[in-house]
Amino acid sequence: MVLAELTGNIATVGYGLAAIGPAIGVGIVVGKTIESVARQPELQGRLTVLMYIGIAFTEALAFVGIATGFIFS
Amino acid sequence: MTVSPALLAVEGESTGVEFHAPSIWEFYPEAILFAGTPFEMNRIMIIRMIMVIALVVIFWLGTRRMKLVPGRFQSLIEMGLDLVRVNIAEDLLGKKDGRRFLPLLTTMFFLVLFLNITGIVPGFNIAGTSVIGIALVLAVASYVAFIYAGLRKHPWAFIRNALFPPGVPPMFYIVVTPIEFVSTFILRPVTLTLRLLMNMVVGHLLLVLMFSGTHFLFLGATEWGIKALGIGTLAFGIVFSLFEILVAVLQAYVFTLLTAVYLQLALAEEH
Repeated sequence: MVLAELTGNIATVGYGLAAIGPAIGVGIVVGKTIESVARQPELQGRLTVLMYIGIAFTEALAFVGIATGFIFS
Repeated sequence: MTVSPALLAVEGESTGVEFHAPSIWEFYPEAILFAGTPFEMNRIMIIRMIMVIALVVIFWLGTRRMKLVPGRFQSLIEMGLDLVRVNIAEDLLGKKDGRRFLPLLTTMFFLVLFLNITGIVPGFNIAGTSVIGIALVLAVASYVAFIYAGLRKHPWAFIRNALFPPGVPPMFYIVVTPIEFVSTFILRPVTLTLRLLMNMVVGHLLLVLMFSGTHFLFLGATEWGIKALGIGTLAFGIVFSLFEILVAVLQAYVFTLLTAVYLQLALAEEH
C-alpha cells in the first residue's frame, strides 16, 4: 500500500534545511553582540571584529549546504 | 508565488518572450580567445585580467606622487590601506608580526575586493571570484602562510597547539586530536574557498533571477496585472544589487580577517 508518493527530486529543499542552523546561529551571534555593546559601548570595536569572525564561521555551514547541492545533484 | 510560474509560462507563449532561469552554466561561458589551448580565455578570465590591471593602475596612480597632505584620490587609497593595516593586521597580529604579513593581507583584501565588485559593475555582471580558481589560490596562500608562520616560529608548540590543545584530559585526545586535525588542516582552506565562492555564486544567481524575471514580466506578460509584478522584481533586483556591494566588501574583509586570525593562532604562545 502506498500512502504518499513523491516523484521527481526534493533536493531543492536541501538548501532550505541546511540554512536553518546557520540562520539561528548568526542570529544568536549578532543578538549577543548587540546585547554586549548595549552593556559596554566602549568595547564596540573589538566586539564587531569578533562578531564578523563568528558570523564567518557560522555561515560557512550554509555555504557548504549550497555546495553539496551542486555536487550531489 | 507557487501559482505564478505556471501562469506566466502560459502567458509567455503568446508573446514569444521566454523566461531565462539562472543555472550553474552561467559560470561556464564560451571561450573567446585561444580556444582549445591551455590558455583558453572566457568572459570571466578576461574580467579578471581587466580588474587586475585596473587594480595595479589605480594603486600606481594613487601612490605615484605622494603628498604629506593627501588629495582626494590619495586619501581614498590611504583609507583602504589603513583599514587593512590598522584594523586587521596590527589589531590581530600586533605591530611586529602585522608588519611582516601586511603585504599578503593587503594583496588578499584588494584582489578579492576588486574581483568581487565586478558582480555589480554594469557590462561585467559577474564576479571574478565566482569561479573556484581565485578563491582556491588565495585559500592555499593563506594555508601555506599560517603553516609557515607556525613552523618557522616554534614547530613543536605550533603542532601541540593545533593538535593537542592544552587543558584537555589526556584520555580525550583520542577524540579531540582527529577533530582538531580535520578542522585545522582540512576544513580551514575548504571553508575559506567555499565561503567566498558561494557568496559570489549565490549573489549572481539571485541577480539573474530578479532581472531576467523583470525582463520576462515586462515584455513577456500580456496582462497588465502580471506586468505590474515586474515592478516588484525590479525593486528587489535593485535592492539586491546594493546588498551585493555590501557582500563584496564584507567578503573581502572576512577573508583577510580570517587569514589574520589563522596567522594569529599559529603564532600564539602556548596557552
